[in-house]
Amino acid sequence: MKKFIGFIIKEFHHIFRDNRTLVILFGMPVVQLLLFGYVITNEIKDARIAILDHSKDIVTREITVKLLSSGYFILDRNLSDDSEIHSIFQQGKVKEVIVFEPGFADKLEKTGRAGVQILADASEPNTAKMLVNYTNGILMGYVQSLNRLQTQQVQIQAEVKMQYNPGLKGVFMFVPGIIAMLLTLISALMTSISLTREKELGTMEVLLASPLRPIQIILGKVTPYLLLSFINAMMIILIGHFVFGVPVHGSLILLMSVTMLFILTALSLGILISTITDSQQVAMMLSMVGLMLPTILLSGFIYPIENMPLWLQVICQAMPPKWFIIMIKDIMLKGSGIEYIWKEILVLSLMTLFFIALSIKKFKIRLA
Amino acid sequence: MQDQAVIIRQVSKSYGNTRALRDISFQVGKGELFGLIGPDGAGKTSLFRILTTLLLPDQGSVTIEGYDVVKQYRKIRNLAGYMPGRFSLYQDLSVEENLKFFATIFGTTIKENYHLIRDIYVQIEPFKDRLAGKLSGGMKQKLALCCCLVHKPAILVLDEPTTGVDAISRKEFWEMLGRLKAEGITILVSTPYMDEASLCDRIALIEKGSIMAIDRPENISGSFSKPIWAVRSREMYPLLIDLRQYPGVEKVYLFGQYIHLTLGNEGQEPGRMKKFLEDKGHEEVEIKVITPGIEDSFIELMSQQKRHE
Repeated sequence: MKKFIGFIIKEFHHIFRDNRTLVILFGMPVVQLLLFGYVITNEIKDARIAILDHSKDIVTREITVKLLSSGYFILDRNLSDDSEIHSIFQQGKVKEVIVFEPGFADKLEKTGRAGVQILADASEPNTAKMLVNYTNGILMGYVQSLNRLQTQQVQIQAEVKMQYNPGLKGVFMFVPGIIAMLLTLISALMTSISLTREKELGTMEVLLASPLRPIQIILGKVTPYLLLSFINAMMIILIGHFVFGVPVHGSLILLMSVTMLFILTALSLGILISTITDSQQVAMMLSMVGLMLPTILLSGFIYPIENMPLWLQVICQAMPPKWFIIMIKDIMLKGSGIEYIWKEILVLSLMTLFFIALSIKKFKIRLA
Repeated sequence: MQDQAVIIRQVSKSYGNTRALRDISFQVGKGELFGLIGPDGAGKTSLFRILTTLLLPDQGSVTIEGYDVVKQYRKIRNLAGYMPGRFSLYQDLSVEENLKFFATIFGTTIKENYHLIRDIYVQIEPFKDRLAGKLSGGMKQKLALCCCLVHKPAILVLDEPTTGVDAISRKEFWEMLGRLKAEGITILVSTPYMDEASLCDRIALIEKGSIMAIDRPENISGSFSKPIWAVRSREMYPLLIDLRQYPGVEKVYLFGQYIHLTLGNEGQEPGRMKKFLEDKGHEEVEIKVITPGIEDSFIELMSQQKRHE
């Protein structure tokens, strides 16, 4: 035990004397979270629209006011002719044009039907889709308010409520993803680098010739990073909560335990990488390309897994971050308890055990 | 009780097609200071790594203090102190932290075995808060020696401890080895420097993975069959060329400030050689007959081996 503690003290000396390590450990998580949080938003705010009102009556004006006061849209200009639509899209500033047909209010009153045309610039499909949805939502809301005034009219009204993330805020999705990404990066990258560094500098030779057991060397390497990564994860959750308002509805203890479990998974991957290679460079490449990219692309962090081709979906099942992201999303946003996520916990635990067993087996007790 | 600390039996080791060690056998007695002498790439490091359980021999067996290096490697890792050829301490830890770390992983403390390292440690103690990476070469080696001594090993394996170290530090280092030997520690040391060989109890000359001779240093140089002629003059290179032409010459090689040569039956008179050289225009010719050193033996043995091949 004393040997083990001595080893850990040594590891902390390494970590705190290397500025690069410190920057990666504590600077990067904050910067990345802030960057992702602020830059990658898929919400609509202040989108420029143009309105071509052939009718110019009370109803169309009311609708226009509703649209513009929603906070999503800014009126770029009023158009007077259909021919202007094409050129205004070409200029690129305006993302959506709303056209009211002539005699809008009259038709609505007499026939109960009136036409609005929504044209969106679909060269950015996601934005276009979202703009149209928002506009539709506002129109529906207006129609509903009209119906309430008039005597009963049978109509089936779908009422949409966005559960767990009513504002459809991107940050809610990114915070769990970033936790997964950073924990993978710090845990796997740092352990694999620090183990291969011992090999490169020749100190591994002395450690191997000493009575230290492989498990002591591995645990001695892993423990400091386990602690630091855990602090990091908590830091990200705090920033997410206080800067971006990401809620933690579920049990904090469950959240921490799940995080610990995932850190262990990532650390065991780091050890596994270091048993494959003897060079820091290769270890870094493997952690970056082999772990980071899948975490970003194949974990459901940014791209939904359900939309992928089947063979990719199968690969995704083998990605530890996928399971972790499901769990923390459930805990943080839905407030789920262990009874809902035990399956994911089980999967991740089995993966971790497998990686640890494999890396202990592959850890060389000799030089060659 | 057996009196052999190390028993090596017919050890061979290859890396791919390169044969690093060929059928090596020798024994080292308890408390002996044993030197492994040979040029770079002779197989010294491979042999030491097998002794310290870091490599597996392809063939043959090694026991250290009665423990087998393959099956009982754990025992050996407790009782051996190993100093690799490359500086292998933590450069970002201070002198004291390094020492403390190595004491801890061997389950001991600096205090417990301070008497062993005291003589060495007092020299680096003034710098104990300095990072190991910032020490001079000689200091690094002293610290490394402290680190592999701190657990009071029964046997010390030092791989080229004096390579890249200045002459004074080298001398001090060997004095320390002498003191450790007096403590009863078995020491195996490798070196490419022939002059250090005479400081060992026994030496093995190793070249291309084979042991060429094992004996006391004075016997090895004594076993040299022929007297050595040491010759110098003002212009050394033409001298070397001309001496090759001298009747009866067998081997000629540069040795420090002199040229060493051995002669056959012919031309054994110094006067004749001097005249031969002066006729060729050499000035300040100095000729003497000397007793061969270990390096001479080494070169002799090497050329014998070549003839066998």
